[in-house]
Amino acid sequence: MSQSNKGLLLDPLIDDNPITLQVLGICSALAVTSSLKVAFVMALAVILVTAFSSFFISAIRNQIPSSIRIIVQMVIIASLVILVDQLLKAYAYEISKTLSVFVGLIITNCIVMGRAEAFAMKNGPTASFIDGIGNGLGYGLILMLVGVVRELFGAGKLFGITIFETVNNGGWYVPNGLLLLPPSAFFIIGLLIWAFRSWKPAQVEVEEFKIIAPKGSH
Amino acid sequence: MSDANTPEKHEAGAWARFKALPIDSTPKTLLVAVGLCLFCSMIVSAAAVLLKPIQEINKVLDKKSNILQVAGLYSEGMDIEAGFEKFETRLVDLDTGLFSDAGDAVSYDQRKAAKNPLKSDALENDPAGIKRRAKLAAVYLIRDDAGAIERIILPVHGYGLWSTLYGFVALNADGNEVYGLQFYEHGETPGLGAEVDNPVWRKQWPGKKIYGDDGTVRITVAKGIPSGDAVQHHIDGLAGASITSRGVDNLVRFWMGEQGFKPFLDNLKKGAL
Repeated sequence: MSQSNKGLLLDPLIDDNPITLQVLGICSALAVTSSLKVAFVMALAVILVTAFSSFFISAIRNQIPSSIRIIVQMVIIASLVILVDQLLKAYAYEISKTLSVFVGLIITNCIVMGRAEAFAMKNGPTASFIDGIGNGLGYGLILMLVGVVRELFGAGKLFGITIFETVNNGGWYVPNGLLLLPPSAFFIIGLLIWAFRSWKPAQVEVEEFKIIAPKGSH
Repeated sequence: MSDANTPEKHEAGAWARFKALPIDSTPKTLLVAVGLCLFCSMIVSAAAVLLKPIQEINKVLDKKSNILQVAGLYSEGMDIEAGFEKFETRLVDLDTGLFSDAGDAVSYDQRKAAKNPLKSDALENDPAGIKRRAKLAAVYLIRDDAGAIERIILPVHGYGLWSTLYGFVALNADGNEVYGLQFYEHGETPGLGAEVDNPVWRKQWPGKKIYGDDGTVRITVAKGIPSGDAVQHHIDGLAGASITSRGVDNLVRFWMGEQGFKPFLDNLKKGAL
């Protein structure tokens, strides 16, 4: 793999992460991270949709009239999402029931649209495909990190396997119920963004305005 | 006569002119839009048609595993088809409350029947919001070794906030005490109305009594805790999902009432079956 392709694949993991740097795709990150299994399937679905939609959009990018380009992107993304949804219903019925509407909502996931518009419209199919996988992985990485915290401390489990025996089942661990509720993902994602930006100060955004002290005050 | 006027040349000229148009021109925009839509719709419909049989099998298995779960016979990783053989599946005529032999109970599709005017009745009093009620319903019975009925699983459905909830109520042999309640299909809001699936909430149901001493339907889903003997008929509603809770209340009361399974359960108690 050439150096630039490697960059396309790995940069979105930490340095240009769609969730922590660009703060996109938060809605589904809140909704599907209370259990790791669901988060994993969701991440996989987003990786597939982002990669293939970027690929197809890039392949026909020179034929897409700019007046309808967003709609063309949406049609391609929506078709792929329906395809993923149908496949899940056929081969992973239980999980598709838990994910319910959130698979359909990948259509409106800003990461997919963002990559289509910002990258696939300007680059070749191979590079776009790799870029899609990279951004999907970046999204998946954060989903898994949030999922580990929420499932481990909220239910004492990882991938449904008991790690901490909870009090209800005769163990010692008192689970933190807040972590199973969607708001907790906000806190965890916020803390992750803080951690990432402390580690890599280059990710801190430049202030758009400086507050000027009012006249006469010292 | 020059070559340019022959039809073939003329056509080629039109194509060449079309090709020379800029991408943003109206004809090319229309071509891309129509072509892409046709292509994508073919992919999507092919996937839907090809995967349908597998999805149907999953749905049937899921329904069976839900019947097993509500009956307390389910364990992780079990053979659902084999486990399901413990049930005696019978059709019940809802008006008379008697067993009916008017069809095959196992393959009976109550939803399809409810749409067929010959096999269903339009409802005037319709608290569950189901519009039409099938004349027959498939019930699932578990008998003990002596042949006496041990548990009764009844299908219920009704409208919540966004969707029709489909589920089962399991009753103990007395036809009054709830063994469990479970929904296998609904489209309520995840995290709010969809909490009808939450095991913690469902845990309230076992042991509750459907009917009062005088035989009226007394089971209620509502917020708050009542006093006196109402407690044994009361289920605390879901927080943040008042309309779904009311829907569950209505559908359970409807299906346990005179228009639902009450005639059947009365016959069962009298030993008339």
